Amino acid sequence: MKRLNRRSFLKGGLASGVTAAAVTGSVGKADAAGDFGGYPDSMGVLVDLTKCIGCRTCEAACNKEQNLPAPDKPFTDMSVHDEVRHGGLPRRTSEKAYTVVNKYEVEGREHPLFRKVQCNHCQEPGCLTSCFVNAYTKTPEGAVIYDPKVCVGCRTCMIACPFYIPAYSYSSPINPVVKKCIMCYDTRLKFGRPPACVEACPQQVMTFGKRKDLIDLAHKTIKSRPSLYLDHVYGEKEVGGTSWMYLTSQDAPFGEIGFDTHLGKQPIINYVKEFLAIVPMVLTIWPALFTGFHLLATRKEAKKNDESVS
Amino acid sequence: MGIKKRKLLGLALMAAMVSPWSLPGPATAEVFELDSVKNLYEGVSFDHDMHIEITGEDCTACHHHTAGTAPVDPLCVTCHANSPEADDPSCKSCHAKDVFDADNMKKNWDTPLLHHRNKPGLKAAYHRNCLGCHEEIGAPTGCTDCHAMTEVGEKFYNTGKYAPEPTAAGQGGGHH
Ligand code: SF4
Ligand code: SF4
Ligand code: SF4
Repeated sequence: MKRLNRRSFLKGGLASGVTAAAVTGSVGKADAAGDFGGYPDSMGVLVDLTKCIGCRTCEAACNKEQNLPAPDKPFTDMSVHDEVRHGGLPRRTSEKAYTVVNKYEVEGREHPLFRKVQCNHCQEPGCLTSCFVNAYTKTPEGAVIYDPKVCVGCRTCMIACPFYIPAYSYSSPINPVVKKCIMCYDTRLKFGRPPACVEACPQQVMTFGKRKDLIDLAHKTIKSRPSLYLDHVYGEKEVGGTSWMYLTSQDAPFGEIGFDTHLGKQPIINYVKEFLAIVPMVLTIWPALFTGFHLLATRKEAKKNDESVS
Repeated sequence: MGIKKRKLLGLALMAAMVSPWSLPGPATAEVFELDSVKNLYEGVSFDHDMHIEITGEDCTACHHHTAGTAPVDPLCVTCHANSPEADDPSCKSCHAKDVFDADNMKKNWDTPLLHHRNKPGLKAAYHRNCLGCHEEIGAPTGCTDCHAMTEVGEKFYNTGKYAPEPTAAGQGGGHH
């Protein structure tokens, strides 16, 4: 259902921003995300869900590394695993938590399975392609980062992300900005170091390495214990591939632990492209309009700042 | 095995102090402190003797193939069916404490045909090795059952004296 909504959203032209930016030929972006398939030496993380014990140490590590506000409950409080949002869904990432660990009771399994959620750092990110002010960048190291100064808080990326990751900070009512996991780019990845959550995990659930090596390792791991692992590396192919990939156990298939198994192998941009083919040129005026909005918003903000300074 | 030259290092050294001449068999008669990765938590006071007893003197239960007993996991048997006792069978002699160090990661990924490519670091080796059995036999599995949290830990986990003030709204979160 949701997936259809998203696609029809992108196809149906409600996403004027998407249309606009792409029609005017944001060449850089088209190159960066079109048929590009990712940087060859980019890094990734392989998450072995069979090893996670749900201890939330990764959440605490992220909170500290990213200087996020204090949590509502201690990170040692395991009652969060039983929290539900509307629709019976478990916790999702928010502007206060770039990663959350959720619990899944799977029928026929003695123990629950825990799953850490954060940005998957797609090879061809839907958030990036849908952003009409180019706030997003996919770095050669693999991280999908964003410039909060450029973000206008329009939430298009939130709708374009197949994994429901981007959240918004409303600390400023005029200028809400996107907030999400950046794979610890500024403080770690840039320097070749693994993300904070990866390093903090007591079970070493996550392996950090070059994405292509991790794919290799993932298949070898499956082969080494074929009766334990499900023969599927989630993220190897999904939506054109993601930097974070997952292994699960056979008795807890991805569909039963909150993963969308109907995403297909096409990057999200391809749906945008399909749509673009039918967009009349008249829409090229839209970027101008949006740039106008953006300028207005930033001017307003700047003015406000000026006033508060003087 | 009896005449095998053993390096009297680490655990073995402690064993030697207790009974220098009884070579084979369980190596230590000590309760020792597993503290090389302490930070958020204190070290673990580990009763080796008690664990020897609990496992029925089956060193393989924890030491894979390094204690001179044959491995049972078919995956390990392929190469280690006849592996001799390791010079130093302690966990830390194989599982790197600083597994995420640049050098260690480089060695890990750049050694061609390396089989144990994602060998867990010391912290994960302890947790994975201990927790599996503990769960199975109903031994303690809570974090503070084995090691007390340090003040650094309390700050890190926002707990104890660093616990958040309970808010009227419960857990806001601002999800939409
Ligand atoms: S720190 Fe590791 S074991 Fe603990 S919840 Fe996170 S991924 Fe799971
Ligand atoms: S998971 Fe979502 S937010 Fe992260 S890169 Fe992919 S599309 Fe963007
Ligand atoms: S990679 Fe960094 S930002 Fe992302 S969830 Fe882990 S600690 Fe947080």
